[in-house]
Amino acid sequence: MRAITAAEQGFALCEVCGRLGKMAEHARCPRCNAPLHRRKPHSLERSWALLIAAYVLYLPANLLPIMETRSLFGVQRDTIMSGVAFLWNSGSWMLALIVFVASVAVPLLKLLSLTALLLAVQRRSQGEPLQHARLYRLLELVGRWSMLDVYVVAILVALVQAQSLATMAPGPGVLAFGAVVVLSMLATMAFDPRLLWDIKTNSKSEKERRERERTAPV
Amino acid sequence: MTRPPHLTACHECDLLLREIDLSAEKGTVACPRCDAELYRVGRNSLERSLALTCAALVLLVIATTFPIVGLNIQGHEIETTVFGAARQLWRDDMPGVAVLLLATTVLIPLIELCALGWLLLPLHLGYRPAGFSRVFRALQLAHPWAMVEVFILGVLVSLVKLSHLADVLPGPAIWCFGALMLVLSVLSSIVDYRELWQTWEATEA
Repeated sequence: MRAITAAEQGFALCEVCGRLGKMAEHARCPRCNAPLHRRKPHSLERSWALLIAAYVLYLPANLLPIMETRSLFGVQRDTIMSGVAFLWNSGSWMLALIVFVASVAVPLLKLLSLTALLLAVQRRSQGEPLQHARLYRLLELVGRWSMLDVYVVAILVALVQAQSLATMAPGPGVLAFGAVVVLSMLATMAFDPRLLWDIKTNSKSEKERRERERTAPV
Repeated sequence: MTRPPHLTACHECDLLLREIDLSAEKGTVACPRCDAELYRVGRNSLERSLALTCAALVLLVIATTFPIVGLNIQGHEIETTVFGAARQLWRDDMPGVAVLLLATTVLIPLIELCALGWLLLPLHLGYRPAGFSRVFRALQLAHPWAMVEVFILGVLVSLVKLSHLADVLPGPAIWCFGALMLVLSVLSSIVDYRELWQTWEATEA
C-alpha cells in the first residue's frame, strides 16, 4: 500500500498547535491563526548556512584555549582536549569519557550526520528513510549536551579568583565552542525531517506518472 | 469545514492518518511509518502539569539565589551563584558566554515555566488565557534551550577538577538544581500539548 502524505492531499499540519488545516496560498491555521506551511520554508538553505557556520567555528573551538590558568608557575592554557587529558590522568576516567563524548565526539558526529542528511535529501538518495529519521531524532536529543564544557569553564572561572594562588580566566575557545553548539542546534531545528520521506513519495509518484504516460493512448 | 474530521498527519514524515479515540487507554501513539511519537492518550495531565510547574518555579528561584559551590582555600571561602559566574564571565570580556550561561540555566527555564503556568492556570479555573497562541509559541521556542540537566553535569565535572586544588563545598543550590532537573524531566514527559489545545477549544472564550 502506498503511503499518502498530508501534502499530497492538500493539507498541512500547523507547526504551532498541531492541527491539520487545508493548504492554500497564504493559508492560516483555523485554530491558532499561525501561517501554514507544507514544509518548513527554505529548510535546506537555512540548515546549510547554519551548518557551514558551525563547521567554520569548530576549528577555533577545538584549537584555541578555553581556559587560561595563571599561577606562580606561569600561564597554562587549556584546550578542550587537554581538559579531557587532565581528567584522564588524574584518574577520573569516567568523567574524562563523559567530557570527551559530550565535547569532542558529539559535536563532530552531529555536524557530519547533519551533512549526511542534507546530502541525502539533495541527492535524492534512495536510502532507508527510517534510519535517517532515527538519526535525526538522535541529533535533536544529544545536541544540548555539548554545552557541558561551557558550564565547566563558567564555574571554574567564578571560583578560582584573586584570593587563591591561581587565577582562571576564560579563553577565546569557549566563545567559539558555545557558538558551535548553538549554531548546530539551530541547523538541526531548521532541517525538516519530512523532506527525507518526500524523496520516496516524489520518486514513486514520478514513476507512476511516467508509467501512466507510457500506457496512455496517444 | 476546513478539514475532514479526525484526520491528522505525522509531524516528522507527513503521513496522513486517521485519529483514533483511545481515551480509555493510556500510553503514546506512534506513527506507523516513521515511529515518531504522535500524541499521548488518556493522561488527563493538565492538573499534574500545573502542580509540577509551580514546584519547578519555586525550585528555580532557590537554585538561582543560593550558592552552587564553594571553595575553601587556606581558610578563604569563595562561593558562587549562577549570577556570580555570569558576572565574572562578563568582567573577563566574555559577555556572549555570560549571556549564554544565564539564558540557558535561568532565563529560558523561567520563561518556559511562566508560559506553562500562564496557559495552565486559567484553563484549570475554566477560562481562556489571554494571548494563548502567542504564549504557546514562546513556550515551544524556549523549550529546547533550557539546559538545566547539562548544567548539573557541568557543576559535577568542575567539582572534580577543583577537588585537586582545594576543599570543595557543595552549596544548597546544587541540590535545588538537581531537584529542578528531575521535576523538569517529569514535567516534559507528562505535559500534553494536544490536550492543552483541546481543552482550550472546549473552554468558552
